[in-house]
Amino acid sequence: MAHDGHDHEGSELSPIALRVKALESLLTEKGYIDPAALDQLIDVYETKVGPRNGAKVVAKAWSDPAYADWLKRDATAAIASMGYTGRQGEHMVALFNTPTLHNMVVCTLCSCYPWPVLGLPPVWYKSMPYRSRAVIEPRAVLAEFGVTVPDGVEVRVWDSTAEVRYLVIPLRPSGTAGWSEDKLAAIVTRNAMIGTGLVTVPA
Amino acid sequence: MNGPQDMGGFTRFGPVNPETDEPVFHSHWERRLFAVALATGATGSWNIDISRHTRESLPAHVYWSSSYYEIWLRGLVKLTTELGLITGEELAAGHMLVQPLPVKRVLAAGEVASAMAKTSSYIRPLDRPARFKPGDLVRTRVLTREGHTRLPRYAMGRLGEIVAVHGAHVFPDASAHGKGEDPHWLYGVRFSARELWGKDTPDSVCLDLWEPYLEPA
Repeated sequence: MAHDGHDHEGSELSPIALRVKALESLLTEKGYIDPAALDQLIDVYETKVGPRNGAKVVAKAWSDPAYADWLKRDATAAIASMGYTGRQGEHMVALFNTPTLHNMVVCTLCSCYPWPVLGLPPVWYKSMPYRSRAVIEPRAVLAEFGVTVPDGVEVRVWDSTAEVRYLVIPLRPSGTAGWSEDKLAAIVTRNAMIGTGLVTVPA
Repeated sequence: MNGPQDMGGFTRFGPVNPETDEPVFHSHWERRLFAVALATGATGSWNIDISRHTRESLPAHVYWSSSYYEIWLRGLVKLTTELGLITGEELAAGHMLVQPLPVKRVLAAGEVASAMAKTSSYIRPLDRPARFKPGDLVRTRVLTREGHTRLPRYAMGRLGEIVAVHGAHVFPDASAHGKGEDPHWLYGVRFSARELWGKDTPDSVCLDLWEPYLEPA
């Protein structure tokens, strides 16, 4: 992906930064958008909504069998009960990894992603290499994340083609018996909740 | 439409290259554009299917060589121009030349957190029962659509198994083209890697597919 290193404050704006600025000021002048609302939108997704939300859901699922069961039956309601609702999370499904099943999520057609629990997707998730290859060669893609799934385990890739959004519930690592939900949540990574990572206990 | 977005199964886009400690945005314009796109979308001038279709309608070589937020920018300019909210002359001039069109609402500061946390379901009532149930075998249709669809080419004409019934959802093939919501039953359908790719592995791919994409197998 083309990253823009030329538009930080104090330096000249790149052509695309200028185009965005022109569009923003025109839409503002015409009264369609409110610049103060833009600042708040950025703040919500840059500082408030992110993968720590999903990590708390996973930690609760690991700690509370009744909650895990609810998550299996009605993930939308179970996740909403923790306060995580809204755009791009309207219809949630939790995918539980097992010793014989590894789940992995992609959106081949665009970049559908469960915002309320994971925030905005990383560049790699939206990238053409991931979108194109995850469905046909998931094990090769996983290897690029340093993840090896044993031959006998099914890798099940979920292509988010509708408004259903998926959250992977990774396997709880051994050596975590008796841990609090907070301590468990701290080791749950974003990639583990997409299925391109495994949760491990830090050495 | 066999658009450039339909890339599942290509293997020549290169490695994934995940970035460690990635920031939410990589430059200030991405940050602003993200918010501009959401706020303009909040005027209610289009739905999610229309915005997806607009991005997919970019020329293939442009789509494939643009970064994610470049695609957003091109799509947003195309959509706002096509709808007459802005004109190309205004963009070139850098200021308003024609009066604004009325819009349904303007997202105000102070409403943002509640607007983003609001849940608006895509499930609609439907007066006919679901044709399929979990465990049923289905075959996807081979559809060549002129317009928008969410059935990827790699999963056309393939044998799969229903694994979930998600309710009746707004149908993108209609909704992207101003033909109403036309709800249809939506299913999770699982396909083996052998069926999709001729690969001898235990792996599989699940897609969410609307009833018009499916026939009994």
